[in-house]
Amino acid sequence: MSRRARLVFFAVAALALTATLGVGLAGLPSFGGQVTAYAQMLNGLAQQQRRVTDVVSAISFDYRGIDTLFEEFILLSAVTGISVLLRPLSDETRELPEDKAPDRAIPPPSPAVWLLTVFLSSLLVLTGIETVTHGQLTPGGGFQGGVILASAIYVVYLGTNYVTVERFQPAPLLEATDGVGASGYVLIGLLGLLAGVSFLSNVVGLGTAGNLLSGGTIPLLNLVVGVEVMAGFAILASEFLDQTAVIRMRRR
Amino acid sequence: MSEALIAVALVWVAVSGTAVVLTPDPLRQAFVAGFFGLGLAFLYLSLQAGDVALSQIVVGAIALPLIVLLSLAKVRKERE
Repeated sequence: MSRRARLVFFAVAALALTATLGVGLAGLPSFGGQVTAYAQMLNGLAQQQRRVTDVVSAISFDYRGIDTLFEEFILLSAVTGISVLLRPLSDETRELPEDKAPDRAIPPPSPAVWLLTVFLSSLLVLTGIETVTHGQLTPGGGFQGGVILASAIYVVYLGTNYVTVERFQPAPLLEATDGVGASGYVLIGLLGLLAGVSFLSNVVGLGTAGNLLSGGTIPLLNLVVGVEVMAGFAILASEFLDQTAVIRMRRR
Repeated sequence: MSEALIAVALVWVAVSGTAVVLTPDPLRQAFVAGFFGLGLAFLYLSLQAGDVALSQIVVGAIALPLIVLLSLAKVRKERE
């Protein structure tokens, strides 16, 4: 297609897009206006029905729990795809990272940075566990807490070196954890089928709103989602890091 | 008061989004993109969406810069 034909095509398409977008935007409710009917209904109902104070987690893991199942499997398949794509090929070899100057080793990380890493990663693990377990009470939940837990491993790499962080993330353990998290979601959903109601029903005891163990299956699903997301993001970083630091072309 | 916060957040998002597009070097773009993600998280927080703001912080400030920087390091190493 010549450049002029491309521009004409773009002009026609842009005109159509402007027209439809204009009509659509003109019909929107005003910015920051009323709360929608669904939101008002859920704000009133969610606390009695599911005994949670964070309505968003009630929607994600109970009212629309099946969508979260699909999202978890999207993450699982993306991480699996990356593991397949970034595997060492036949013309590549794995070597430990070395400095560019041949007569000098990589300078070790300073003790002050190492100490800061110890504090920061411990703090991140605590924050991650708190976010995961309090998903039904405060904003947060399994996904956010899982990424915070994975970032504790990133901080370990940033403050130390490749050899140290590899001790914290053996690949079989990460992959097994990812699988346990993903299948745990399905197994908790099967509890509903075993109890005689539909898949992913909230069949465990609901408890009192405001307690740590409230909401039935919602904290359980938060936990397995947190485990899966943490392992998934750790596998992600480990694969990318292997590509950068370790895998290189086989020298002839 | 809340309108002022939302206005500040929207301006922050618009300015940093333009800055991301206008930064030529990919390495610098990664840092500006992290700043843009922080502006988005502040916007969501000022619109009182706590869960979305947390998700934006963890993805935009942790996961995305990590992937971009490691990919850039790999590409630059290949080029040498």
